[in-house]
Amino acid sequence: MAEQWRSRNLLDRMHIDAPLLVALLAVCLIGLVVLYSASNRSIDVVLRQAIHFGIGLGVMLTIAQISPERLMRWAPLVYAGGVALLIAVMLVGTGRGAHRWLELGGFRFQPSEIMKLAVPLLVASYLRDRSLPPTATEALLGALIIAVPALLIAEQPDLGTALLVASSGMFVLFLAGLPWRMIGAVLALGVAIAPIAWRFMHDYQKQRVITLLDPAADPLGTGYHTIQGMIAVGSGGLYGKGWLNGTQSHLEFLPERATDFIFAVYCEEFGFVGVVVLLSAYALVIIRCLRIAFVSQHVFGRLLAASLTLTFFVYVFVNMGMVSGQLPVVGVPLPLISYGGTAVVTLFAGFGMVMSIQTHRKFIANI
Amino acid sequence: MKARRKPAAMANLRHSVLVVNRRALFAGAGMVLLILLLLLRLGYLQIIKADHYATLSQNNRLKVIAVAPPRGLIFSREGELLADNRPSFALVLDTGKVRPIDATVAELRELLQLRDEQLETFRGELRSRGRVNELTLISRLTERQVAVFSVNAHRFPGVRIDARLSRFYPDSRYWAHLIGYIGRISEQDLTEIDAANYRASTHIGKTGIERTYERILHGSVGYRQVEVNAQGRELRVLEETPPRPGHDIYLTVDASLQRLALDALGDRRGAIVALEPATGAVLALVSTPSYDTNPFVDGISSAAYAALRGAPDRPLYNRALQGLYPPGSTIKPVFALAGLDGGYRTPTTRTPCPGWYQLPDSSRIYHDWEHSGHGQVDLKRALAESCDVYFYALARDIGITRLVTFARQFGFGVPTGIDLPGESSGLFPSPEWKRKTHDQPWYPGDTLNVGIGQGYTLVTPLQLAFATAVLARRGHAITPHVAGQIEDPLVRVAVEPHFEDRLVVRLRAEEHWDEAIAGMEEVVHGTRGTARRTAADATYRYAGKSGTAQVFTLAQDLAQRTDKVAAQLQDHAWFIAFAPVQDPQIAVAVLVEHGGGGSSVAAPIVRRLLDHHLLGASAPPDAEAAPATLPEDADGGAMAE
Repeated sequence: MAEQWRSRNLLDRMHIDAPLLVALLAVCLIGLVVLYSASNRSIDVVLRQAIHFGIGLGVMLTIAQISPERLMRWAPLVYAGGVALLIAVMLVGTGRGAHRWLELGGFRFQPSEIMKLAVPLLVASYLRDRSLPPTATEALLGALIIAVPALLIAEQPDLGTALLVASSGMFVLFLAGLPWRMIGAVLALGVAIAPIAWRFMHDYQKQRVITLLDPAADPLGTGYHTIQGMIAVGSGGLYGKGWLNGTQSHLEFLPERATDFIFAVYCEEFGFVGVVVLLSAYALVIIRCLRIAFVSQHVFGRLLAASLTLTFFVYVFVNMGMVSGQLPVVGVPLPLISYGGTAVVTLFAGFGMVMSIQTHRKFIANI
Repeated sequence: MKARRKPAAMANLRHSVLVVNRRALFAGAGMVLLILLLLLRLGYLQIIKADHYATLSQNNRLKVIAVAPPRGLIFSREGELLADNRPSFALVLDTGKVRPIDATVAELRELLQLRDEQLETFRGELRSRGRVNELTLISRLTERQVAVFSVNAHRFPGVRIDARLSRFYPDSRYWAHLIGYIGRISEQDLTEIDAANYRASTHIGKTGIERTYERILHGSVGYRQVEVNAQGRELRVLEETPPRPGHDIYLTVDASLQRLALDALGDRRGAIVALEPATGAVLALVSTPSYDTNPFVDGISSAAYAALRGAPDRPLYNRALQGLYPPGSTIKPVFALAGLDGGYRTPTTRTPCPGWYQLPDSSRIYHDWEHSGHGQVDLKRALAESCDVYFYALARDIGITRLVTFARQFGFGVPTGIDLPGESSGLFPSPEWKRKTHDQPWYPGDTLNVGIGQGYTLVTPLQLAFATAVLARRGHAITPHVAGQIEDPLVRVAVEPHFEDRLVVRLRAEEHWDEAIAGMEEVVHGTRGTARRTAADATYRYAGKSGTAQVFTLAQDLAQRTDKVAAQLQDHAWFIAFAPVQDPQIAVAVLVEHGGGGSSVAAPIVRRLLDHHLLGASAPPDAEAAPATLPEDADGGAMAE
């Protein structure tokens, strides 16, 4: 008991949750291994991703130092700042086809990434000491918090991210006990709006939906990604073709193989066994985060940790579903496996909040 | 903050925690469910459908490329190259990868400065064979076009330059009707060939030797299994079965004789067939006018093709094999033999010739070409002077049925079986034939016309050359053929196709041959022979027979004055010969369309051919120096009816 206390003390002082850290590092390690193969043995790419991980870990540890109370207090500020940046993007943003990026002194970033955290943070903060489930007014206000950035992002247009941001906030409302009938009403509204939304969708967005329904319709066009992804996954079989031996990826049949379709590379080279291993690593992360949510002794912590976990899971599920041909190609990277700095940093920032909730627990509980 | 919380708030908090816990548990359950769903899906793909996707992945990665065998070459008897394969660069387009095709073709047209007619063939193929993966856009790119495309290749995925071998016929005009040409494989061809063996082939023999010996010349397809990347670039060869090249063919044709024959006809329409009697080998086979076969290889433009087809002298028409002409007097030696063998005549039997002939119960007069008549005519004189009255009487005595039977033995009315496509069987009329096709009875006068080679009888120059060879070899015949040796270029072993030597005409007495041949010798060497002038200084003995095939039946006086008859209405000139008489080395038939008299026009050509073949190229072309027209010699393709 005493020994345990001491070790906890040591990690607590750094506000690190060891099980979560280990699980995350396991996923990151798998990520680097796949990336080496997916990038055609580019040490350069692997090193850069490792640097992303390093920055991400730094951000995570930094945020973990911030107490949940301070996070609550900063929530409106972060949110307001994010919305301001989204408006700025609308006016002066850059990017191919869609305005998503903001350039600040040679540094490019997507403000929509901030909203992935700011939205659940503010909604959780807003509901933190209201009696749950929320009343209709509270739910509506929560919906408004979600809707503003979601619509701004959809306008860029980046439908995928808008949906992800919206869902991250909606998860908070769901966890807060939003009545089922309201959820039902929202879903019904969604179905009703879908045909109208279809008319406002860009052609490439429509095409993605069509492709999902029938990927063989245009095997050289938009269906190509889906078909080649499925071929890569399926041809991996039970044990895979072996690391660096994936023909689909190395002969360039797979598009976006270091980013959105990296899971296909993984499936091809490591097979179903590898899939089980990777899903287990993700499961460890998710289980640990959910446990943190359960043992958190304040509503804010529970709401935020659980909603971030759900969002993380959604990324995993949507990406894998997309690669295995079950969901449309929406451009969601596989968390901590796909190459890319922004996503890594955002994810680690989220886990930083979760760690903050866990490592500040005793302090709050003692009060 | 929490310290200030009231007990009611604490209860509230506890309730709120409960709410969140319940939802979190629900979410957890949902996640478990979705992960199971994902595992199920991935398991389905990776375990149940693994083989299916493994195959698809292999198909992605591996490409089996068919490799066309190099086509066999064609040489003359002496080894002169007549059909060659030359390296060329073609632009090919993968219809499965290029999209949209029209826009790409338009862009390429601009870039490579192609003309519309160059794309004609491609457009046709795109319509008919669009499903086939690779289509040739342009067959022979210029060096400049190759360079321009190579620089811009990245703009045209699915379009590539293919290095291949293209057929080229050097000096093709001399060989057009013999060798023929190859062309793009058509829809029609596809139904007749083994598609697997032609997977990589783009061309197929269309006419001539190229067509007859297609199977030998083509060879067998090879395969190369390669690994390709998504752009279709070949990364490495995994397995290779090289193609078996087509076999080379050495023709029996003597290139110099062939050239001489075509040049001798000059700009006159006609045909020459020269055979080696002992072997059946074709020594020369020409049809004029000739044409250049090279444009056909990669698809002749429709304008050029229409011009060839529509030309009044019909260069595409192979007169040697397909041209049908009355044999005229050239058939007389055959009937002379029929008369001797059937006992209707002896060599010394004389027939009086007053210049005309009349059937007993008819008032109709059948004229001899010599108005004043030939006097008392025996067999030798009848042949030498080509007396029509002698043969009118002979034909009537023999009767049409026996004439038909006898003539058939010499190959009249049946194809010779030469190894060239499109041969016509000619026509030797019989009463049954006339009843069937003309719904008319056979009149006695018809028999008389048959007797002098006019009327319904039609032969090809090849048939007549064949019959001459049969005469030369006294009844023996070998199927005429053009292919001499067939050589496998890999092992350099040549095989010679075997042609059976068979006795086609068996006479009761061998001397009958001597009599008929003596008559033919008299034609050229005799003092009254129709072709005596062309043979005047010959250093060898040869046997010949002139003939004139009537084109139109003209009023007699008009026909006599050839200068007044338009060229189109002039008779066709024939001359057949073999030499030397004692040991025949060559049998030849020459036809000059609308040439007028056989002795004056065709006989000198025969003389030059014989000189060339027997004395060598160094022989002085005396025959050419001979007077061009000798009206008094003009042979009697008599004026029947």
